[in-house]
Amino acid sequence: MAAGVATWLPFARAAAVGWLPLAQQPLPPAPGVKATRGDEVLVVNVSGRRFETWKNTLDRYPDTLLGSSEKEFFYDADSGEYFFDRDPDMFRHVLNFYRTGRLHCPRQECIQAFDEELAFYGLVPELVGDCCLEEYRDRKKENAERLAEDEEAEQAGDGPALPAGSSLRQRLWRAFENPHTSTAALVFYYVTGFFIAVSVVANVVETIPCRGSARRPPREQPCGERFPMAFFCMDTACVLIFTGEYLLRLFAAPSRCRFLRSVMSLIDVVAILPYYIGLFVPKNEDVSGAFVTLRVFRVFRIFKFSRHSQGLRILGYTLKSCASELGFLLFSLTMAIIIFATVMFYAEKGTNKTNFTSIPAAFWYTIVTMTTLGYGDMVPSTIAGKIFGSICSLSGVLVIALPVPVIVSNFSRIYHQNQRADKRRAQQKVRLARIRLAKSGTTNAFLQYKQNGGLEDSGSGEEQALCVRNRSAFEHQHHHLLHCLEKTTCHEFTDELTFSEALGAVSLGGHTSRSTSMSSQPVGPSSLLSSCCPRRAKRRAIRLANSTASVSRGSMQELDTLAGLRRSPAPQSRSSLNAKPHDSLDLNCDSRDFVAAIISIPTPPANTPDESQPSSPGGGGRTSSTLRNSSLGTPCLLPETVKISSL
Amino acid sequence: MNRCPRRCRSPLGQAARSLYQLVTGSLSPDSVEDEFELSTVCHRPEGLEQLQEQTKFTRKELQVLYRGFKNECPSGIVSEENFKQIYSQFFPQGDSSTYAAFLFNAFDTNHDGSVSFEDFVAGLSVILRGTVDDRLNWAFNLYDLNKDGCITKEEMLDIMKSIYDMMGKYTYPALREEAPREHVENFFQKMDRNKDGVVTIEEFIESCQKDENIMRSMQLFDNVI
Repeated sequence: MAAGVATWLPFARAAAVGWLPLAQQPLPPAPGVKATRGDEVLVVNVSGRRFETWKNTLDRYPDTLLGSSEKEFFYDADSGEYFFDRDPDMFRHVLNFYRTGRLHCPRQECIQAFDEELAFYGLVPELVGDCCLEEYRDRKKENAERLAEDEEAEQAGDGPALPAGSSLRQRLWRAFENPHTSTAALVFYYVTGFFIAVSVVANVVETIPCRGSARRPPREQPCGERFPMAFFCMDTACVLIFTGEYLLRLFAAPSRCRFLRSVMSLIDVVAILPYYIGLFVPKNEDVSGAFVTLRVFRVFRIFKFSRHSQGLRILGYTLKSCASELGFLLFSLTMAIIIFATVMFYAEKGTNKTNFTSIPAAFWYTIVTMTTLGYGDMVPSTIAGKIFGSICSLSGVLVIALPVPVIVSNFSRIYHQNQRADKRRAQQKVRLARIRLAKSGTTNAFLQYKQNGGLEDSGSGEEQALCVRNRSAFEHQHHHLLHCLEKTTCHEFTDELTFSEALGAVSLGGHTSRSTSMSSQPVGPSSLLSSCCPRRAKRRAIRLANSTASVSRGSMQELDTLAGLRRSPAPQSRSSLNAKPHDSLDLNCDSRDFVAAIISIPTPPANTPDESQPSSPGGGGRTSSTLRNSSLGTPCLLPETVKISSL
Repeated sequence: MNRCPRRCRSPLGQAARSLYQLVTGSLSPDSVEDEFELSTVCHRPEGLEQLQEQTKFTRKELQVLYRGFKNECPSGIVSEENFKQIYSQFFPQGDSSTYAAFLFNAFDTNHDGSVSFEDFVAGLSVILRGTVDDRLNWAFNLYDLNKDGCITKEEMLDIMKSIYDMMGKYTYPALREEAPREHVENFFQKMDRNKDGVVTIEEFIESCQKDENIMRSMQLFDNVI
């Protein structure tokens, strides 16, 4: 429950006066909680620095160290104070959390140390207030990354050991993805890199004019045509290597479909395809013209370097994520170009021998002017043209220069915003989950409290009282409040499961003879040892009963229940803040699901769940006919004992 | 722009105004001033002695109560929303907002839309330290939604529904639609002596005093604080 709920509990209880006149049954008496001796000031001595606070302040959060009875372990009777051998500077923040309900994160302290203090005092890191949460998370993530980097560096040195039974495929894939793992992979990595470079260089060089020495008039000829064989061999070699690499990757890929769709494999394909197409294309002039264009794609081999270069990959990702801003830039540029080109065209229309022959022709002028290139191949000659030309170049600076920083800052902002939005969404989810858990925890605590017979007057037997006593005063009173509401409306709180089960049972045909078998059982310690109906078995029973009413199913169910299922206890009093289900307070409340071994086989399955109902100690006290549909375990002192009962 | 009369709110005027602002470079007025309109309303209760006189709490009790109250509501007053939220924390399974609204109206005796510490403590004093008659009076006041001195069936039905809402969906036995109505019928049967369809304060107190259960349950409130 949230911070000051304990403050408001007396008020909520007082408000129950509104239910009094409406209750059709007598309301339960208030819990005999010892009245607190007013409020007292506690002294907490942390490494010599004394902090004093009201006891109520610390009691606000009963599932932390200071709010629970755990602090009694640190009580020093001689000095009458609670002594903690911890950092006093950090304690200040912890104590302020109790006072204000917000946990702030100290800026100048190491985040790890702060975490350790939080863990010691039983505070969950999620409690850090919104004002400090982001910074806390960032610093924590930094820390984690730094530690992870160190670990990785360690690992990269020796290389993670592959599971012994890894197939060739897995080893191959790993070799491809992490070339540093083995020498062979490294060699392969460098060889492919070398051949990519060779291929690119060859593509470039083959267009350089070589002096044809054999001819009389030295004719310039591109090297590619002078040494066709050499270049062809080099090309073949490269393509062979690339093809081999691609096929190997395809074989080794854990998910071939995904690999086929990935960008890198597409680049690979595009890099080697022209060669193969060229092999199969006949050597006639028209097609080879088209084929020549295909050779352009060979330059895509340079993109294969992105496997070797992290920077290229990051650039690619940046462009991809900034696509809309770039698109906007292009769009605004296009608009401006069209506008100015039109204007220039009409301004220069009159001139003869003008370069501005059409609007598209004027595009070139506009682009060159706006990007402040100014080649000078097209210049306006009319005055109007010159005026508009100058406006064009001035606005060019604006149009080009403005979006670029916007894109840059946009990119940075969007990137961080995304991260923040994800964080916030995750926080929201965690918060909602925590609230839901707290709610269910409270409900479960109350239901558990009911099962523990805490609502009966003067519980019979020691064992039960122990369980009940371990709840805080707050819980006593809160549960009493809920019990009053139940009595007022003559309905009981249950959980979702039993509710649906009850619905199911009702739909079966109304087997309502439950409590009758209960009250017949003897009251006393032995009754406490009796069966607790395991939720699972009951569910199974209902499901079985729902499906068919055959006897054979019943026996199967009995066998299941005989197995003595154990269920972890529902989160009890230390609920709410700590998300992890708190292990039961003490052995006494350890609920185990031992079911009565049902002897008589030929019993209708629907009735067998009745056997496994917990007996209500002091069941006579219940005057109402409300049926107890309890499916949570009752406390069993000696788990080994299983009561055998018959129908 | 200055020639444009104040009443001129036509789109044309607005367009012209924004064009003017665009040309002269004046941006829209910042909403900085709005930030300072944060309500610095802070309600302080009257002195401790006065509260001691008005209520039946001891000095220490008042101190403890106020410290808790002030911690939760530093501004000194509880709005209806806050109230509902606080109350809903105690009833996670159901929807307690309607009942909380009724409670709020019962505590807010001067009907100014907020519960101050005095209202809070006055209400608590009646419930926790008052006589049985005081408590019954207070309960009657709670039920009487329009404060006209008598409880009609509709009012009682509203209250009953809001109480049943607090139970939520998962109850045993399952809540039926008619349960509140039946409960109301029971109530009126018990309380409405002259069968005129409304329950007045005298009938209410008389019937409650005759009911053993209710009288016994009154002890509930004796050691809440």
